[in-house]
Amino acid sequence: MRKGIYLRIALIASTVVLAIVFFLPNTPLFELMPHWWKKNMPHKGIVLGLDLRGGSHLVFEVDLKRAREITVERIGMHLGSLLEKKGIKPSVKVEGEKIVIQPVSDEVKKIIKENYPDLSLSEKAGSMLCELPESAFKRVEATSVEQAIEVIRNRIDQLGVSEPAIHRQGDNEIVVQLPGVKDPKKAVEIIGKTAQLEFKLLDEETMLWREIPSIIKAGEEDVFLKQWNSRIPEYDEIVFQKIVNKETGEVYKRPYIVKKETLLTGDLLAEAHVSIDQRFNEPYVSLRFNEAGAKIFEDITGKYVKHRLAIILDGNLYSAPVIQEKIEGGNAQITGSFTMEEAKDLAIVLRAGALPAPVNLIQNVTVGPTLGRDSIEAGKMAVIIAAVFVSAFMILYYRLSGVIADFALILNILLLIGALAALNATLTLPGIAGVALAIGMAVDSNVLMFERIREELRLGKTPKAAIESGYKKAFWTIFDSHVTTLITAAVLFHFGSGPIKGFAVTLSLGVAINLFTALIGTKTVFDFIYTGKERKSLSI
Amino acid sequence: MIQILGKTNIDFLGKKYIALGASCIMIILGIFAIFQIHEGKANLGVDFAGGLSLQVRFSKSITLSEIRTILDKTGIKDADIQDLPTEKKILIKLKKQQEGTGDRIEKVLKDSLPDKEPQIESITEIGPKIGQRTKKDALLAILAATAGILIYIAIRFRFYFSIGATVATFHDVMAVLGIFYLLGKEINLIFISALLTIAGYSLTDTVVVFDRIRENLGKVAKGSMTLEALMNKSINEVLSRTIVTSFTTLMAAVALFFFGGEVLHDFAFAMILGIIIGTYSSVFVASPVVLLLGKNSLIKK
Repeated sequence: MRKGIYLRIALIASTVVLAIVFFLPNTPLFELMPHWWKKNMPHKGIVLGLDLRGGSHLVFEVDLKRAREITVERIGMHLGSLLEKKGIKPSVKVEGEKIVIQPVSDEVKKIIKENYPDLSLSEKAGSMLCELPESAFKRVEATSVEQAIEVIRNRIDQLGVSEPAIHRQGDNEIVVQLPGVKDPKKAVEIIGKTAQLEFKLLDEETMLWREIPSIIKAGEEDVFLKQWNSRIPEYDEIVFQKIVNKETGEVYKRPYIVKKETLLTGDLLAEAHVSIDQRFNEPYVSLRFNEAGAKIFEDITGKYVKHRLAIILDGNLYSAPVIQEKIEGGNAQITGSFTMEEAKDLAIVLRAGALPAPVNLIQNVTVGPTLGRDSIEAGKMAVIIAAVFVSAFMILYYRLSGVIADFALILNILLLIGALAALNATLTLPGIAGVALAIGMAVDSNVLMFERIREELRLGKTPKAAIESGYKKAFWTIFDSHVTTLITAAVLFHFGSGPIKGFAVTLSLGVAINLFTALIGTKTVFDFIYTGKERKSLSI
Repeated sequence: MIQILGKTNIDFLGKKYIALGASCIMIILGIFAIFQIHEGKANLGVDFAGGLSLQVRFSKSITLSEIRTILDKTGIKDADIQDLPTEKKILIKLKKQQEGTGDRIEKVLKDSLPDKEPQIESITEIGPKIGQRTKKDALLAILAATAGILIYIAIRFRFYFSIGATVATFHDVMAVLGIFYLLGKEINLIFISALLTIAGYSLTDTVVVFDRIRENLGKVAKGSMTLEALMNKSINEVLSRTIVTSFTTLMAAVALFFFGGEVLHDFAFAMILGIIIGTYSSVFVASPVVLLLGKNSLIKK
């Protein structure tokens, strides 16, 4: 069977060359390659998983229920102001996902239908019930998640993380991967902040009249709201300002009564950055609205001179300055005893825009850089030791044939690394375990063949004949055992997440490549040594 | 020629009832473990149970009771504190995570043990929903892998053989699961991957034995040999390769166990158990099951 041997040698040699070319980017040698090489040849190589290079794997869930409510609230708010402009004094209430409007008249119906043809109207007990069809809600849900991804991407860009990965998972989940992130806590905070900036009018009259307490303890907000919500007018709501005692660090809340109507939101912001107040040496966030926003801001400040305008972020009041005069040009400030760090983070989220709905962090796997480094070292060590022990054993036990098996083993590792690099696969710690196990299993095929060859030799066959029939008879055993391992690897790949997928990839590639190295690699060497001239003995 | 074993002639199948008895106990233990896991009474990893887990590294060695006292003082009472195989490292797990608990633990450790320089090496926070989903996925994965292997064996082998192989594989997985449960080791996603790998790998040895039995079945004339004797002969013939193949993979698993770092420690341990038990079952479970089921039909050929 010397036939085709040179072809097979050429095949093996070319796969090795390919493997090296693909793996080169992972070695320092790549830097030494000429420019044309770096430009045209594979340059990505194997990617390290987050568990090895350190970093955060975060999964956020978009609160779709809230997204639906927000949409309904916005429509309700808009309808209210439209009807008011037409001279109708309407009552617009939002109950869950329904808008309840009074009075009922043909004119009201017409205005609603003109502006929101999607809404289905029905009359009930003297009020009009407006509902969005489910299909419209589905669109809202889909766009909310898309927008959230966009906003999160903007925010991460400002964090300066290299190679972040952001993608959607399932219906309403967003996966964010931040390799090598320095301060994961801060990243979570910045990504997860809704950053809904709202300008509302303070209802000073009601506040005075109702004698609302000036301060409560943090944590008592819910109890307070229960007590007070019934005592304020329907068009008002209570928001809190956080007060920190700078000496003791204790946190208090100051309740304010504001008008529910949102006069202006952060959607119309053009710019947000940190400035320092010269008098108090305190940082604040200065805002600039875009043209449309500036116009609205001018209108508001013109209309409500001497009133207090509440600046509310995610339901928390930051400051409520008195409007001294009409402000043109659309510049505003948020003060509120920030630390420099807080002010910077706030500017980032405002610049990047608000999330369309709140998001909740439902999974956070963060690995520090030291653990990642330790893991790589430990993994490398384990792989090297496994390889050394296994190959030493093979030489001891099978002598020259053991050397051939070790050649196949090295070929196997080389091709495995090359294949991982060619696929730009992500190497994880379990993936390294997969490499180690693949080493252990790689020689299995050779053991099966060698044992078979020994058996054939015992029957008195010549080395050449023993090799031939040994290979032939061991083939199906090897094939069967490989296929079962491949089945489990495929299942792991399908069901597993990040690290586990990495394991499935290395294990399945290792096993598949093993079929090649064991059946073609070692066979070629055997043929080369033993078939030219008929040898009398076989070192096995 | 070095040989671990010369020509052997061991009566493996003579011990089939003892072996099957022992194996039944292992399987029952494994099934019991599954029920305990379902009830939430096993040491489940946060990836299944949900919650918070922190791996903390210290510059000097530390005892679990030290940590326990510090956390108790802070009012973090339901924390589960575990040793890691590497010195100076501990794992703190909390079933229910509240916002900021991780920060609180970090702060209190840094304040109480400044000279031991605690450093949070990894944080895993899993919401209950994700935990449930992971559990479901793991279960599906196990079912899918089992089905896949079953179908493949059913195609490649005759009916009784596929039953024998399936029982042996099931036995291996249950035994490793049972032992992990008894030792109180953490049942997590990496462990499940180890179980599936074991399922795939333990078949290797079984396939080697079955192949030889099949081959010998084709050789013997009708009535010249009992099935039991033929099986014994086949197992003895392939015994050395069964042991050598297991041994090489075992070496890799042992290397991972000692040098692979704490994350892979339990994974490697599961693999070691699985390889040993898988080798045992290919001889003492797979063939006896085939023998008990197909005594008459197989040899008549």
